Amino acid sequence: MSSAIAAKTMTQTWQTVCTRADLVPYSGVAAWVETPEGPAQVAIFYLPGHAQELYAIDHHDPFSKANVIARGIVGDLKGQPVVASPIYKQHFRLEDGQCLEDESVQLRAWKVSFKGDEVWIEA
Amino acid sequence: MNTPAKPQLIVIGNGMVGHHLVEQLVEQGATERYTVIVFGEERHLAYDRVHLSEYFSGRDADSLALSTADYYAENGIELRLHEAVTAIDREAGEIVTPKGRYPYARLVLATGSYPFVPPIPGNERDGCLVYRTLEDLDAIREAAESASTGVVVGGGLLGLEAANALRGLNLDTAVVEFAPRLMPMQVDSEGGELLREKIEALGVQVLTGRATQEIVDGERSRHRMVFQDDKVLETDLIVFSAGIRPRDELARDCGLEIGERGGVVIDDNCLTSDPAILAVGEVALWNNSIFGLVAPGYQMAKAAASTLLEGGTAFAGADMSTKLKLMGVDVGSIGDAHGDRTPGARMFRFLDPLKQQYRKLVVSSDGKRLVGAMLVGDNSYYDTLLQYYANRIELPEDPAALILPAGSEAAPALGPDALPATAMICSCHNVTKADVCATIDGGAVDLGAVKGETKASTGCGGCAALLKTLVDHELESRGVEVDKSICEHFHYTRQELYDIVRVEGIKTFSELMEKHGNPETHKLGCDICKPAVASILASCFNEPITDAAHIPLQDTNDTFMANMQKNGTYSVVPRIAGGEITPDKLVVLGQVAQKYNLYTKVTGGQRIDLFGARLEDLPAIWGELIEAGFETGHAYGKSLRTVKSCVGSTWCRYGVQDSVGMAIRLENRYKGLRAPHKIKFGVSGCTRECAEAQSKDIGVIATENGWNLYVSGNGGMRPRHAELFATDLSDEELFRYIDRFLMFYIRTADRLQRTSVWRENLEGGLDYLKEVILEDSLGIGEELERQMQAVVDTYVCEWSNAISDPEKLKRFRSFVNDARPDPDIIYTTERGQLRPA
Repeated sequence: MSSAIAAKTMTQTWQTVCTRADLVPYSGVAAWVETPEGPAQVAIFYLPGHAQELYAIDHHDPFSKANVIARGIVGDLKGQPVVASPIYKQHFRLEDGQCLEDESVQLRAWKVSFKGDEVWIEA
Repeated sequence: MNTPAKPQLIVIGNGMVGHHLVEQLVEQGATERYTVIVFGEERHLAYDRVHLSEYFSGRDADSLALSTADYYAENGIELRLHEAVTAIDREAGEIVTPKGRYPYARLVLATGSYPFVPPIPGNERDGCLVYRTLEDLDAIREAAESASTGVVVGGGLLGLEAANALRGLNLDTAVVEFAPRLMPMQVDSEGGELLREKIEALGVQVLTGRATQEIVDGERSRHRMVFQDDKVLETDLIVFSAGIRPRDELARDCGLEIGERGGVVIDDNCLTSDPAILAVGEVALWNNSIFGLVAPGYQMAKAAASTLLEGGTAFAGADMSTKLKLMGVDVGSIGDAHGDRTPGARMFRFLDPLKQQYRKLVVSSDGKRLVGAMLVGDNSYYDTLLQYYANRIELPEDPAALILPAGSEAAPALGPDALPATAMICSCHNVTKADVCATIDGGAVDLGAVKGETKASTGCGGCAALLKTLVDHELESRGVEVDKSICEHFHYTRQELYDIVRVEGIKTFSELMEKHGNPETHKLGCDICKPAVASILASCFNEPITDAAHIPLQDTNDTFMANMQKNGTYSVVPRIAGGEITPDKLVVLGQVAQKYNLYTKVTGGQRIDLFGARLEDLPAIWGELIEAGFETGHAYGKSLRTVKSCVGSTWCRYGVQDSVGMAIRLENRYKGLRAPHKIKFGVSGCTRECAEAQSKDIGVIATENGWNLYVSGNGGMRPRHAELFATDLSDEELFRYIDRFLMFYIRTADRLQRTSVWRENLEGGLDYLKEVILEDSLGIGEELERQMQAVVDTYVCEWSNAISDPEKLKRFRSFVNDARPDPDIIYTTERGQLRPA
């Protein structure tokens, strides 16, 4: 288990959070990232073989107020990759965190990418 | 302080119309205004007399019943069956029964009718019976056991029904009719002749124009019937079915106005000559007519209920048009079928002596309206003709085309479009085309929903085909494509996906998606199809759900094999088969709960639920539980949950079988079985039913001789009593039928459909299910048993499997890059235990 190596500056920086082996194909895992505002929980989704293989959005579910988004079912609805909250089943677009059932709710989407086998997030 | 007592409304009679009145009272809210008491003379609650003859072809009293005692109880209506009312004391405002006197503010007579027995000397002899009630049928069945021949006196509608019943009891059957033809009310001499030919071809002797003079001892049989021309007919059994007479004696005795030929006179509001008393159904005489069909009775019931409340719905007479299938022979009669009540009426006739079909149209003198019609041999013309008649639709230029055989110059059937909004679709429940359309506009999306909302086609069922056509048409015209696809990723129903998986041996979601998924999606699936396919794969192949190929398919509960609670923690429920647990194991549960700071609660399924477990603690908790001999309880799965039991014959004074032992065997056999929804069992050791087995998907109740099996019960939001499925089964039979039942359910149910809803939607109902499971009518019994055995043989405890695999345990990290627990899970304490803050 690797610790988050965060650059403690006031600007956003790329940081490594885990490796490919920590991810679960076609599902999500949760990770901590360090941000200028403090630590944050991020849900990382891995879709091997798809045009975009990695997505990261908030792990916090604003409807249940529990940190569970990474444990939802990943799928696609009307052409958009989504995750369904495991508690009350709202769908969030992986691309930008938009909730499909409630226009006013949007999770933060984080930039995420592989560098070799390492997973990097900009936070 | 007592609330003032509500006025008492008494209903005398619990036949079809009497019961319908009760339903109308409930629906229209009369139970808030009145205290309602219903008296029924028979032992049975209201039953379906229209389908009475099916009593001899396998239906029992329960399946003919129109309602349940629970329905009455739930609506606060007192039902007093087997208590005949003997008098009405209008001065005192009371009715009298052998058990006492009951005051009424309002009284409704729904006493119905009795079969008319012609005054023939000898008609009281043993073996001379009538055909009206279930008890009559029991008497006929008993008498038939020592008989080889039977005669029905009366060749009308009920007479032919009775003749069919005798035929069903393997008697050589004859029908004796006083009129020169069969069904003289409905058909003319040509139609009657055709009917005779058809019925004789079925082996039933038909004697028309015969008046029976007397019945005496026979020489070869028990009775000899002597006719007016001194000809004779010998028989062992005689059933009188020569018409009905109103049961108006109570009304007569208390001085209500009675018609010349019987019947309690009512007005349009169903009021008798005493405004406190109403009458409905076959006892009531409206406009000098008795209505001997169920539909007009229902309309009277509706009007009567309205009269008892605000009023507004009057009875305005009823159409006596009818279509029936008597001994497989279609007979239909619409309006003035004989043309003798319409001055200047003109007739069209079509007769095909080879195909044995006869049709007649009675048309108004200007040729524009249909005033009546008669059909023998083919009722497919009925619906269209009835619409022309009932809605006064202008006839085509050549009306004869309406009765010509299809394919000739025949006019096309009247499509649903041609019907006016006022067209009556279901006359039993008074449902018009406009009502059906309104229901669809209100959101009903299929036939079932329309039937549920309007009750259309739930009376005599005669309008079923018309209703379906109309509903399909209306849905289509609103652009509703009746799409049963499970979701956008598969254009298949769950059942179709199940068959594909089974037949093609597909073992993963990705293979199924590759071969059968909708290419217009990203092929990721969704939270609808993924768990459904996961369930199907598990039912068919039973691979661990935590295997890499299956893990992304599972709901979070299955993924982590625990039940997610609202704060993101989980509850843990180890299996306690049959609710039996040793003290040692009980101690372990307490110790684990203490160590991991868990809230504990006893569940409704006789187990212990440990709440508040953090994701990262689950493997350690399970390590300790497995060490102590526990296994997973599948409380998180759409699978067998629990088998609840009472303590049974080992301890209980009343128990007749070892219910705990049976519950444990059942639970161990079916544990781990994944299904469209969760499954619960109950096993009771005697009829006291302490395990509440009749509220379970599978209920087992011990008898002196074995086990009674109940199926498709449910608690929850919409409780449903399980239905008795088979009786006095051996252990082996019990397992065999449950194997078959569950596998058939798994094969054919929709996703997330409990056995109760599945059973209710199953075409053919309980009878069909019995045929498939008990009689193996589809020939799949062994296959189903084999499939179940495969699931049983491949069972492994999912938690044991997971904790022995480090790769699988990686999934139970709350965060992949830090062992820090989730700081947002905060607890407070209540009643000595923790709960989410």
